[in-house]
Amino acid sequence: MSIDISQFHDVFFEESFEGLDAMENGLLNLDKGAADVDAINTIFRAAHSIKGGAGTFGFMAISEFTHVMETLLDEMRNGQREVTTDSTNLLLEAVDVLREMLSAVQQKIDTDDERIADVNKQLEAMLGGDKVEADSSSDDVTSDVAPSEASLEQKIVGWEIEFRPHKHLFQTGNDPVRMLRELAGLGELTSKVNDDALPDFADLEPEDSYFAWQLTLKGEVSKEDVVEIFEWVDDDCDLVIEAILQKPTNVEVAVAKLDDNEPKPVAEVQQESKPEQTAESVKPVKAVAKKVAASPPAATSIRVGTDKIDSLINLVGELVITQSMLSQIGDNFKPDMLPQLIDGLAQLERNSREMQEAIMRIRMLPISFAFNRFPRLVHDLSDKSGKKVELKLSGEQTELDKTVMEKIGDPLVHLVRNSLDHGLETPEVRLAAGKDETGTIQLNAYHQGGKIIIEIIDDGAGLNEDKIFSKAVEKGLIDEDADLSPEKIHELIFLPGFSTADVVSDISGRGVGMDVVRSNILGLGGSVDIQSKRGEGSTFTISLPLTLAIMDGQTIRVANESYIIPLISIIETLEVKESDMKYVSGKGELYPLRDEYVPVIRLYDIFNLEPTTTSLEEGLLVIVEGDGQKVGLFIDDLLGQQQVVIKSLETNYRKVMGLSGATILGDGTVALILDVPGLMALYRDPSLVNVIANERAA
Amino acid sequence: MSELQELNMSGDIDDGTEQYLTFLLGEEEYGVEILRVQEIKGWESVTHIPNTPEYLCGVLNLRGTIVPVVDLRLRFEMPARAYTPTTVVVVLKVGEGIQRTVGVVVDGVSDAHNILPADIKATPDFGITVSTEFIKGLVSIGSNMMMILNIDKLLHIEALG
Repeated sequence: MSIDISQFHDVFFEESFEGLDAMENGLLNLDKGAADVDAINTIFRAAHSIKGGAGTFGFMAISEFTHVMETLLDEMRNGQREVTTDSTNLLLEAVDVLREMLSAVQQKIDTDDERIADVNKQLEAMLGGDKVEADSSSDDVTSDVAPSEASLEQKIVGWEIEFRPHKHLFQTGNDPVRMLRELAGLGELTSKVNDDALPDFADLEPEDSYFAWQLTLKGEVSKEDVVEIFEWVDDDCDLVIEAILQKPTNVEVAVAKLDDNEPKPVAEVQQESKPEQTAESVKPVKAVAKKVAASPPAATSIRVGTDKIDSLINLVGELVITQSMLSQIGDNFKPDMLPQLIDGLAQLERNSREMQEAIMRIRMLPISFAFNRFPRLVHDLSDKSGKKVELKLSGEQTELDKTVMEKIGDPLVHLVRNSLDHGLETPEVRLAAGKDETGTIQLNAYHQGGKIIIEIIDDGAGLNEDKIFSKAVEKGLIDEDADLSPEKIHELIFLPGFSTADVVSDISGRGVGMDVVRSNILGLGGSVDIQSKRGEGSTFTISLPLTLAIMDGQTIRVANESYIIPLISIIETLEVKESDMKYVSGKGELYPLRDEYVPVIRLYDIFNLEPTTTSLEEGLLVIVEGDGQKVGLFIDDLLGQQQVVIKSLETNYRKVMGLSGATILGDGTVALILDVPGLMALYRDPSLVNVIANERAA
Repeated sequence: MSELQELNMSGDIDDGTEQYLTFLLGEEEYGVEILRVQEIKGWESVTHIPNTPEYLCGVLNLRGTIVPVVDLRLRFEMPARAYTPTTVVVVLKVGEGIQRTVGVVVDGVSDAHNILPADIKATPDFGITVSTEFIKGLVSIGSNMMMILNIDKLLHIEALG
């Protein structure tokens, strides 16, 4: 009966990483002085689960490492050890190491043994530092975890173990066979089964455990190791472990008498105690890690609430009903059934729309997934920079598409680092400025009209316009005598190669970043915006589309072609009079829209189409916004609005300037989706048409 | 492509022959490896992509994927011919490694031939008068000559403009 447990590895890794996150969060909360037992318990439980899981799957290095952490945590839990900043920092580091070890095992790569050993030593040093104190109030499992040398001095040559599982042992998911097998891995194991408790066959409850074992383990094994094997079932069995000193008792190799009903456990124990098996089970994790073959990254997975799945199943049920109704109508259709058919189709449309929404909801995750890493980041950075920072999170339950979430993580980290490093002042400066010495960074997320807005607000010094301006001049990014509004100056920090940090720290200030942040966000179809006031702080506002796969589109007609403009970028559509138009040097057309002049792009011109009309009065002007700038697109007609599924042109062709993709309309034909920022770029420089083709060729 | 598949497709024992699908452009006969042919479909209108060369007719919807369509006549600078219901689009798999799907418009599909690699003759060099860079070789079939196309080169992403 051997189960391939590797199929559970993914689940183990996923749960362990979640456990690590929980530990990290817990540790960070401890830091704030509120050292409550519940929090420590949570951390302890997470560590305990990881240790148990790692042991079960044979990742010994991980389980050993976690064991030391766990011991430390246990002492904290029992109030034998004070929660100090040092210890939490060390535990945080240990969490990092553990995370590295786990991902190394997951990707089958080598671990940084030196670092592991180092942190392990630190942990042990901390444990050993006041071990005496810890031992005084004994806890039957953990306080016995004394260095193994001590037990060796007593010349322990083996252990006598009485293991009597409680009836419900199997229900807790534990398997004595596995434990016996692990014991066999430690030394020479002989076992004797006690089947006194075994009832008559008629009364036998197959899911209960009736056996007890008298085990003799020979070999120089530390108690720690033995206890560890049983740790998982500590509460579910009666366990007596006694040392065999000097003269080992002679134990016969017992082939226990067995009832015919349940021959398995003992038979397996003996099988498993063969030497080669022993060797294999003690092989450390490193062996696994050294399979250098870089396996491809594991398929990503999403945890989906059952309520979401239930609602999907309901919808599928409705869809099936609608389908059978429609096919019934179709089977012998008579013209007088037309109303029924139309009703059916309307229902089908509703079903499929609801289903689409439900499926999209599955891809939606709360933004807390992206926010969760910030408490740690801020904790580390504030330590490093000597600034006092309080991080406030709000709107963590705001949901957005998983793909967007993955891509927004790094830009967010950068912005938060930036706020902390450049925005917030040191406590002295803050006090001198009459502020609270603790600075605040606030992360805020909410939905606003089909977009998700993420704000990063700090109450630091704000952007220093003079400094930015002079830096930009120095770097040759702008002219010395340029006359810029404060907003325009703020925008400068998004230019490539810009950094005003006086000292380049390892936090930020290398000037790579803000431009990347912006281009990443623009790449997602979003935008980023700064508001800043000297001495009061800055706010970075990121606005992102909720999902990348589906969007609302406005179909338009230009010449004889149809295109789709993302509804989100349309501000308004107007009819214009030729006489309103203004011209720059006879060519550049401008339309006065309230208090600003908007350049007009004639789509037929930019796409080299045969125009049906060149007169602005016969067509429409669609005012769109992209890259924070407005332009008017001259089109022939507005056709209709619909939701479109975005398909890539690049799968089989290439990127086309001015187009963000294509979609398939109801009649099966393909319609192209316009990319507003691309169109603007094309308008400014028509030669860009060939740029992509040339890039490819190069 | 594994040998097994080749065997199944050609339906006879493996004597080293390769099967080619031939199609017509005017009087000329061109061949492509049959294993590269995904499907053959009738002409339907496509969506024109702005700012692309004339020979790229546009894109069409092939069961949910967007596939570019190239007019081979225009690609070879032959006189254009109006699309009729008998005009055929041959959908091909192009490229090594990551394959792309591209459709080509031809006058009509002609036949399938088994050809021994040894029977393929080198393309003569016409210098600059005729571009032969997309032709892999020539094969005689009866009294006709078939030109084997190098579709990876012909329909390469850069060549699509």
